[in-house]
Amino acid sequence: MNIGAADVLLVALGAVALGAGALVVGTRHVVRAGLWLVVTLGAVAGLYLVLTAELVAWVQVLLYVGAVVVLLLFAVMLTRAPIGASTDLDRTRWPGLLVGGGAGLGLVALLAYAYRWDRVRLPQPGRADGIGSEVFRSWVLPFEVLSVLLLAALVGAIVVSRPDIGESGGTGDPT
Amino acid sequence: MIHPILAYLVAAGLFGLGCYGVLVRRNAVLLLMAVELMLNAVNLVLVTADTTVRAALPHTGQVFTLFVIVLAAAEIGVGLAVVLQLYRLRQSVAVDEVPLAEEEDRAPAEVR
Repeated sequence: MNIGAADVLLVALGAVALGAGALVVGTRHVVRAGLWLVVTLGAVAGLYLVLTAELVAWVQVLLYVGAVVVLLLFAVMLTRAPIGASTDLDRTRWPGLLVGGGAGLGLVALLAYAYRWDRVRLPQPGRADGIGSEVFRSWVLPFEVLSVLLLAALVGAIVVSRPDIGESGGTGDPT
Repeated sequence: MIHPILAYLVAAGLFGLGCYGVLVRRNAVLLLMAVELMLNAVNLVLVTADTTVRAALPHTGQVFTLFVIVLAAAEIGVGLAVVLQLYRLRQSVAVDEVPLAEEEDRAPAEVR
């Protein structure tokens, strides 16, 4: 039952992540939900650091906190979301509570059954050289497929968001 | 030495919160935020499993986490393009007001 410093950090950062996550899905302000999402993602990046995944932590900060949240806040602005508190953000809560609580508690029970109170020694930290050599040694094909998928997503997003190209626009050629 | 169950419990809680948010939120942008919570829960499970389980290939879980992060970036790009197009058509991003059946009385030029 001896609790180390890493465990204390895990519990603290996990509490921050869960509390901010509850505010993301519970707050009445649309913009504040995006800002609480920053706190959640930052706390998860801290959890990655405690779990010695350095590269993943910094990629999380760069891509999630830097890019994804900025995109989401742009979308909030472009859809003219109300600035103040709005009361019609939620539907009836009980189906969500039922499914979300069921999924969460089910996973808690499963993982608690699987891992009990095991202690593990932390492995070699996941630095950029180790992860990079692992990507290009064992996972080259998924990496390349992923780059094709990113290109497809880019083209798809442009085609969807431009009204003058597409199936009945006829003026522009999407290719 | 850490107890991996702590990180797993945080991941399970984040996934439950994301599930709740996806089912409850009406604003499509807030719904995408809840999807991000679920993706982060999955990433946390992958990273924790990477530190916990001794696999034949080292750091496989972290490589998968990087892949999932890239997939999430692509998903959010396309998803927000769809949401903005929906807003342009309907002046609203409430997901429960989206008509699932095709509307016959709208001409394609007007829809666009």
